[in-house]
Amino acid sequence: MIKKNIMLLPLSLFLTACHSVMLEPKGMIAIAEKNVLITAVILMLLVVIPVITLTLVFAWRYREGNKKATYAPNWSHSNWIETICWTVPRAIIGVLGTITWISTHQLDPYRSLNDAEPLKIQAIALEWKWLFIYPEEKIATVNYVQFPVNRPVRFLITAEGPMNSFQIPALAGQIYAMAGMQTKLHLIANEIGDYQGISANFSGDGFSDMMFIARASSAAEYAQWVKTAQHSKTQLSLTTYKKLMQPSTKVAVQYFALANKEIFNLAIMKSMMPMTEWENA
Amino acid sequence: MLEKLLFGKLTLDAIPFDNVIIMGAGAFMLGAFGLIIFSLFYFKKWTWLWKEWLTSVDHKKIGLMYIMLAFIMLMRGFTDAFMMRLQQVMAVGESAGYLHAEHYDQIFTAHGVIMIFFMAMPFMFGLINIVLPLQIGARDVAFPYLNSLSLWLTVAAASLINISLVVGDFAATGWLAYPPLSEITYSPGVGVDYYIWALQISGVGSLLSAINFVVTILKMRCPGMTLMRMPIFVWTVLCSMILVVLSFPVLTATLFMLFLDRFFGMHFFTADMGGNAMMYINLIWIWGHPEVYILILPAFGIYSEIVATFCRKPLFGYNTMVWATVSITVLSFIVWLHHFFTMGSGANVNAFFGIATMVIAIPTGAKVFNWLFTMYRGSIRFSSPMLWTIGFMVTFVIGGMTGVLLAVPTVDYQVHNSLFLVAHFHNAIIGGVVFGYLAGFTYWFPKAFGFKLNEPLGKAAFWCWLIGFYVAFMPLYALGLMGMTRRLNHYSVESGWQPLLVVAGIGVLIIAAGFALQVLQLIISFKNRHHAAYKDVTGDPWDGRTLEWSIPSPAPFYNFAVTPEVTTRDAFWQQKQTGLKPINIADEAIHMPKNTGVGFVIGLCSGAFGFAMTWQMPALIAASLLGIVIAMIARSFDMHIDYYLTPDAIQESH
Repeated sequence: MIKKNIMLLPLSLFLTACHSVMLEPKGMIAIAEKNVLITAVILMLLVVIPVITLTLVFAWRYREGNKKATYAPNWSHSNWIETICWTVPRAIIGVLGTITWISTHQLDPYRSLNDAEPLKIQAIALEWKWLFIYPEEKIATVNYVQFPVNRPVRFLITAEGPMNSFQIPALAGQIYAMAGMQTKLHLIANEIGDYQGISANFSGDGFSDMMFIARASSAAEYAQWVKTAQHSKTQLSLTTYKKLMQPSTKVAVQYFALANKEIFNLAIMKSMMPMTEWENA
Repeated sequence: MLEKLLFGKLTLDAIPFDNVIIMGAGAFMLGAFGLIIFSLFYFKKWTWLWKEWLTSVDHKKIGLMYIMLAFIMLMRGFTDAFMMRLQQVMAVGESAGYLHAEHYDQIFTAHGVIMIFFMAMPFMFGLINIVLPLQIGARDVAFPYLNSLSLWLTVAAASLINISLVVGDFAATGWLAYPPLSEITYSPGVGVDYYIWALQISGVGSLLSAINFVVTILKMRCPGMTLMRMPIFVWTVLCSMILVVLSFPVLTATLFMLFLDRFFGMHFFTADMGGNAMMYINLIWIWGHPEVYILILPAFGIYSEIVATFCRKPLFGYNTMVWATVSITVLSFIVWLHHFFTMGSGANVNAFFGIATMVIAIPTGAKVFNWLFTMYRGSIRFSSPMLWTIGFMVTFVIGGMTGVLLAVPTVDYQVHNSLFLVAHFHNAIIGGVVFGYLAGFTYWFPKAFGFKLNEPLGKAAFWCWLIGFYVAFMPLYALGLMGMTRRLNHYSVESGWQPLLVVAGIGVLIIAAGFALQVLQLIISFKNRHHAAYKDVTGDPWDGRTLEWSIPSPAPFYNFAVTPEVTTRDAFWQQKQTGLKPINIADEAIHMPKNTGVGFVIGLCSGAFGFAMTWQMPALIAASLLGIVIAMIARSFDMHIDYYLTPDAIQESH
């Protein structure tokens, strides 16, 4: 297996470089993030390439053995060169800083994407699986999330136990999932498809399997799927949630009908104050 | 009851007898240690060891011991790296690899902790110790006994880490031990306690060392050496040590709070009861960001010295270099938030810290231009220190570029915590820090030992490191963009990551070959040390520019027979131009510090204290604390801490 891989190495290197999820994004946010990445790289290459070239050229030209090159043993100052040394990086950082200011505000994950009413999904990072709750559709899922294409989605994110990071690289960048905190992330899928969702922050032994599928489907298909999930036999109550919280790895996809709309809020608020509802469940 | 008092939580179960890998490593360490003990008895070298090394306050010997520690820990950290790479090559699809999750987690945690705290930091302090007093024309550091104490605290802490390999386990939390994962609920074992105490003890050592060097630089320069005449290395060390003094107390306080959480059930960083893990993440990076500049600034200094020497020209734009260093020092304290743009701060906060981070690229860029224009119209010799420097310049600008990319919050949202990030900081730390320290090691080696290192082997090692670095880390950039996050124990076949991970693994092997060549280089050079090609008879093997080259090699223990006086930068170069010969015969008595074993004893007790705190052994906690206090009191009553070396005695010592 490995041997075969090594034989195909040059080819697969080329192919994998073409199949980079972040350079082939399928969501509005990830596309914008990719564009910033590429602009920034090009801007910096303007100075990086000349510096690398000059380093090699100077090293060769002023080698000890080259008697044709000038040797100026005491020369160590030039206002002209110093001005360039400071101006070029400043100019580039000036432009890049401006891009940074604008893009950071435009692509702030907390910012609503357009006027359309977003689909609200609550995500909870558990040890070691993702729970998604659709409070309005009254369903919940484990390690699987589905939403309609071209409609903004608003994720409200928290965690139980160790910190995780919520990310669907093809659609948008990440945001931390922290116990007792709520973070927010907006995204839109531009194309129908199944995308890999990950936890991007190490959270313990089962971390490597904290993967989930994010499916962007047509609106009709999504509505159909919601109906199926609503008819699940298992219900997500506070008691089932507490069971789900127990550490487990490689958890298969599960659907629930939502019995308690307040689970997400309780999960956060229970670390703020004593809560009889939580204790009794 | 008595058992609890003596052994606390420690039982024989703490040693994983069934784990072949750990037992093998443990047997190897024990064997090496046993061999050393045996040869000390066999060659009757105990007195020599005690008098010449363990109690030494000579900054050059302390420096060498630091570097020895760094090399030992480099071997361990490198083995960890190799094991991680092997696991990620193997663990694809159905295969779980050869390391189970808990063990793998400990390995990447240990790799980070060891490489930063017990490889890079001791290597840096080692080089500073050997060179800095010589460069400023001083006979020792300001507080020689404190210097010895710092060393032994660092050694004690490193020993704790090595003990944790066999007795109990190490933290499995990542190298910065983010809570809540590092809290007692999620890490109930002793791993995080080993982590806390190893870092606390070495942190105190680093802080004391830094204070020592700040005072040394400010108070002990030879006559005529104004601040703006100091060699650039001295400037970078001054800035780096100021950073240590300002940032390490934050680390100590943060880890102390984590300790209180774990030991006394407090709630500084827990999710509930008013604790806040985000506070820990802020605090740890308020130390952690300056830390990377603590490591890289002295490396910048080393490159500056080398580039001037091997181009046979003064450094281009000395003033610029100084101000660039100072501004990096200041800026490094206002960028820590870029390590967690993804924690949910508002756009204004993220944009501010992103732009502040990019601003650091301006003085850093200016530095690169300065090295470049030092080469311009120079007469360049491609000795191995210069090769490391050119390799650094090419590699580091790539690392700088990816660093600025990560500083753009929108880009960071995507690549944060991915292998792109891992590639970036290895690019900066290997291509910047490690290349620099290895260059400095080769460059100043003759001054410490009196003979040069074998050049062909040194150059071969350089090429292995350089090529190995690119083969090992360029694939990680691509993997990051392919969505591979860091610290994964296994992954699916469909991800398509395996081929690139195989390439990265090959890169590690190439670097290993480089390291092996360096070991061979040391052996061969040592064997041939009396040969004319190796022996440094002049004390100035590279045609140097600064004061350390004006004295014989190896440097005499009193450094300068006569305190030099300088009137310009590059003082020794100037002397050579005017044809003045340095005076190496003393005309008056030299004031010298006496050796002391107190530093060693306190180090030993501190190591015992750390172990006792980890395992909660009341008797040993009390005994080790008592040992420390008694040693300190004994030292404070010791009035015979120095002596005068007469010119006659110096003559005899030759």
